[in-house]
Amino acid sequence: MNILVNGQPLALEKIINVEALLEETGYGGKLVAVARNGEFIPKESYADITLKDNDKIEIVAPMQGG
Amino acid sequence: MRDDFIIGDMTLNSRLFLGTAGYPSPDILRQSIEAAQPGMLTVSLRRESAAGKGQAFWEIIKSFGIPVLPNTAGCQSVKEAVTTAQMAREIFETNRVKLEIIGDNYTLQPDPYGLLEATEDLIKLGFEIYPYMTDDLILAQRLVDLGCDILMPWGAPIGSGRGLNNPYALKLLKDRFPDKTLVVDAGIGAPSHAAAAMELGYDAILLNTAVAKSVDPPLMAAGFAEAIRAGRRGFLGGIIEAQESGKPSTPLIDRPFWHQEKAG
Repeated sequence: MNILVNGQPLALEKIINVEALLEETGYGGKLVAVARNGEFIPKESYADITLKDNDKIEIVAPMQGG
Repeated sequence: MRDDFIIGDMTLNSRLFLGTAGYPSPDILRQSIEAAQPGMLTVSLRRESAAGKGQAFWEIIKSFGIPVLPNTAGCQSVKEAVTTAQMAREIFETNRVKLEIIGDNYTLQPDPYGLLEATEDLIKLGFEIYPYMTDDLILAQRLVDLGCDILMPWGAPIGSGRGLNNPYALKLLKDRFPDKTLVVDAGIGAPSHAAAAMELGYDAILLNTAVAKSVDPPLMAAGFAEAIRAGRRGFLGGIIEAQESGKPSTPLIDRPFWHQEKAG
């Protein structure tokens, strides 16, 4: 299964949920928020949302802003 | 002089909202915040690297205990802005959002149509909207109709440092929406620009580049804080009307040689 994470391709060997994706990619425990295919995913739903082929995932964190 | 600034459910002791982007270093950012003592700090969201750059930044901001105003900077569509606002609400744990949808990449002029649509969507989702907008009167009216209590017209394009391009339009907004909270957001370059906006009766100033890109950001931050206080006091004090001719400030009656006749 192939997905995009923050614009970068990522090949996954098995189907996983958002929670597992965050752990696998090193974001586990960090202050981040997630969108899938342009839709916000609340953190309460991470375990319930299973990724699909070609999903586009955005993982964002606090940053400087004006 | 007591002059509480109530905005939303907060009472702030500064009318300066300071942006946190573009400083030469995290330490200069920290010093600038200390010097400005701003009422709010604006923050943003960006793609996070697994290295966690954003986490270190957030630790600095959190240490001040100053309320934050997350923005949707860089969004070019309603969908992007609405999703970004939702992500910001979860991360920063606030319903406040500076709603910014860019309509033109050259001037960074906000898209008024997208702004209205996103405002409607986000108010339904329980957000408190700080709309980054042009100074158009009808746009302001539509935003108020949707439920906005805060209006944030631009002074000039973001980062341009041009000051108040259209003081007439800004004053008109103040005259027509005397009960709304009005903030000049963007385009400020010099402390005098901020003071001028405050003298018009604006409630606060949001700025970033004018401090971050100055030669000495902490000094400039302090200068802006003083200018905003001065402008506010100027507004509250009631500025005299300009006259066409000079009027002596020192009484002329009984001055020396008053009506003295020439010696014969």
